[in-house]
Amino acid sequence: MSEPAATVAEPAEPFLDAPPREVARKLLRNPAVLVGGAVLALLLLIAVLAPWLGTVDPTMLDPGNRDLLPGVAGEVTTLTGETFAHTFWMGTDSYGRDIYSRVLFGGRVSLIVGVAVALLSLAIGMTIGLCAGYIRGLDSVVMRIMDGLMAIPGILLAIALVAMWRASLFTVVVAITIPEIPRVTRLVRSLVLTIREEPYVEAARSVGTPTAAMLYRHVLPNTLAPLIVQGTYICALAILVEASLSFLGVGLPTDIPTWGNIMAEGRLQFQQFPHNVLFPGAFLALTVLAVNMLGDGLRDTLDPRFNERGVRR
Amino acid sequence: MTLSIERLTVRLPVGGDRENAIADVSLDVPAGEIQCLVGESGSGKSVIAQSVMGLLPRTLRATAGQIRLAGEDLLQVASERLRRLRGEKMAMIFQEPMTALNPVMSCGTQVDELLRQHTTLGATARKSRVLQMFEHVRLPDPARIYAAYPHQLSGGQRQRIMIAMALILKPALLIADEPTTALDVTTQAEILRLIRELQRESGTAVLFITHDFGVVAEIADRVSVLKLGELVESGPAREVLRSPRHPYTQMLLAAVPTLQPRKTPIEGSRPVQLRTRGLSKVFHGGGWLGKRRDVKAADNVQIEVKRGETLGIVGESGSGKSTVARMVARLIDPTAGEVELDGRSLTGAKGGGEREMRRRVQVVFQDPYRSLNPRRTVGAAIAEGPLNFGASREQAWRRASELMSLVRLSPGALKRYPHEFSGGQRQRVCIARALALDPELLIADEAVSALDVSVQAEILQLLEDIQQRLHLTLLFITHDLRVAAQICNRIVVMQHGRVVEEGPVAQVFQAPREAYTRALIEAAPGKGFRFAAAQTQA
Repeated sequence: MSEPAATVAEPAEPFLDAPPREVARKLLRNPAVLVGGAVLALLLLIAVLAPWLGTVDPTMLDPGNRDLLPGVAGEVTTLTGETFAHTFWMGTDSYGRDIYSRVLFGGRVSLIVGVAVALLSLAIGMTIGLCAGYIRGLDSVVMRIMDGLMAIPGILLAIALVAMWRASLFTVVVAITIPEIPRVTRLVRSLVLTIREEPYVEAARSVGTPTAAMLYRHVLPNTLAPLIVQGTYICALAILVEASLSFLGVGLPTDIPTWGNIMAEGRLQFQQFPHNVLFPGAFLALTVLAVNMLGDGLRDTLDPRFNERGVRR
Repeated sequence: MTLSIERLTVRLPVGGDRENAIADVSLDVPAGEIQCLVGESGSGKSVIAQSVMGLLPRTLRATAGQIRLAGEDLLQVASERLRRLRGEKMAMIFQEPMTALNPVMSCGTQVDELLRQHTTLGATARKSRVLQMFEHVRLPDPARIYAAYPHQLSGGQRQRIMIAMALILKPALLIADEPTTALDVTTQAEILRLIRELQRESGTAVLFITHDFGVVAEIADRVSVLKLGELVESGPAREVLRSPRHPYTQMLLAAVPTLQPRKTPIEGSRPVQLRTRGLSKVFHGGGWLGKRRDVKAADNVQIEVKRGETLGIVGESGSGKSTVARMVARLIDPTAGEVELDGRSLTGAKGGGEREMRRRVQVVFQDPYRSLNPRRTVGAAIAEGPLNFGASREQAWRRASELMSLVRLSPGALKRYPHEFSGGQRQRVCIARALALDPELLIADEAVSALDVSVQAEILQLLEDIQQRLHLTLLFITHDLRVAAQICNRIVVMQHGRVVEEGPVAQVFQAPREAYTRALIEAAPGKGFRFAAAQTQA
């Protein structure tokens, strides 16, 4: 081009992918996001701060305190022989372990599993989905494998996988992640199939954008919103599946307190001492509810299909 | 007076770009007349239609005024009464008949439903009434159409179904909201004629909403011009079109391109820059379980464009004009044939050759709203090409700000996101993006079709200026003969994937050889009408 422009400004500061602040503001105005987020933040805080919230060692057996009802005040003797006063807010189980401490520490496992599974399955599913959706030849092969995986009920697959390996936090996370990957892949692939036909992708192609840059700059950012939403649902599901696995006795080993484990052990005495099941159950329900609320709120705000029904700009 | 709108004001929700969607609008539609409501996008024309039908979205509220239909104030009646009035006393047809029809119900059943709800006729009487109506709107083979589903019909036929549905209860008022905008010109001409005839026959009052002055000239008895929610001018069609009083109307009319070709062919000595030989594209439809269907989108297309020339490819939807453009731009591969740039074949070009070619041929796309990534700044969009071709970040962004000035936008706006720009501004950004790689051939694929007429004129002017300054060759794809007449040196007319006629623009317009070309020119809305602007220009 020969013609110099009339006024050449300083090269603009290249902040290429600044997240629009508007989205954040919109999110904070959504009550579901606010309530779900607040409850979740509170649960997270409780889980992180568990050692300082008046808990005792959640794995400590104490035959003297077996089957106490919620709210009973008593004494705890540690292995080192120290004795101090302790109120059993949620009672104890048949081994004399403090349910309150177990539930708070169990929350750590649930949240770690939920978040780890969500992140892992999103990362893997997104990579596979992007490639399958954008690279034509790959699509039919990859998606048939994914269809095959999806044909196996998720929880059965997870049980089989945990049974194959030794049960640990890592194997449980992997076992729950694998059945989730095809679902994420399908979602990403279907999004990519629409995005790849968008005129802006075609326009980027016509200015010579290479495939990798195309995926990273144009396709990926436009799949993020639905993915974040999907991530919250996976998180909620993973928390439930982990609890189910533990409840069935194929999850984390019994020496690690998880909500599922506590309920599994409390199940036998449910008629006499329902608190063994009710307290972890209530926390589990509350967590899943909060995550789902957050997900619904995010969907309403981020997903353009819902967005358009609201007031425009 | 069938419909009389008095001082109607509809408020926009807080945070809108203006306080009222429409403010203080008064409008009369007498029986037996067609009142056209013209305005650019965002002027509030559809809000008026929705207010009358009682179909305003929840976020909009009529805050003042009256809408009287045969004396009854529609803003005051109960929703139950309004529901009865819709269909019986007033009916509406929409821009996109495919989305207005239920895809899983046969056309006949959908029309029949109205009769079932609003009359006491028996099944056989209703059916014969529907068939009669189908015949009336000139649908071929009414019995077959009765059983057909919307997707089995053409766009024009679907719009006829909509019209049949609207008129079967003999309403006093028909509201037509851009009913021909989604249709091809020849179909548009037929539908306009049909509406006109039916209206004459039955004496229905028609409120016709459009952005197209050609359509206004074709159909209107009276015209009202709407600008940003306010009525600026109103009067008999001839008066408003011939001697508009308000400056806004004058500006709009001046922006309507004439069908009078403006340019002569460029001199023959220039070298040929782009040549296609036997270019064909076959799209394969159907899956491995379904029946295989091949569609010949382009069939043996030969075109030649000289350096610095503007070649227009015109045709209706499905004629293959965009397919040709996309093959030239290497966005899709041809099934057969070759594309040559300066005598070198591009078709087999791979790797370096393909990249070099991408640089030399650039495209401006139709939809300025979707051809920019909503999550990237316009600066990033413009700088992307140079960055892909090895420019440094600083060079690319300096280039982007130069180009912003070239397309008459402020370089300071580079950091903004596409949604902060209007349609016309976005199209300028798209042009800047296409120019960022110093192309020699610019393909404009319906580049002005989605724009309002005044913006369209600006963009056309900009394209012409840039072409002159940078000595570009322009391949201009359009369905709009008026636009083609303004900008092209030569024209290629396509139909069903084939080139049917080719020649200098003046020759094609004034002495078309092919019947199809003649039909196209004949169908251009407002053809016989000389607008105020055209008169002053002549």
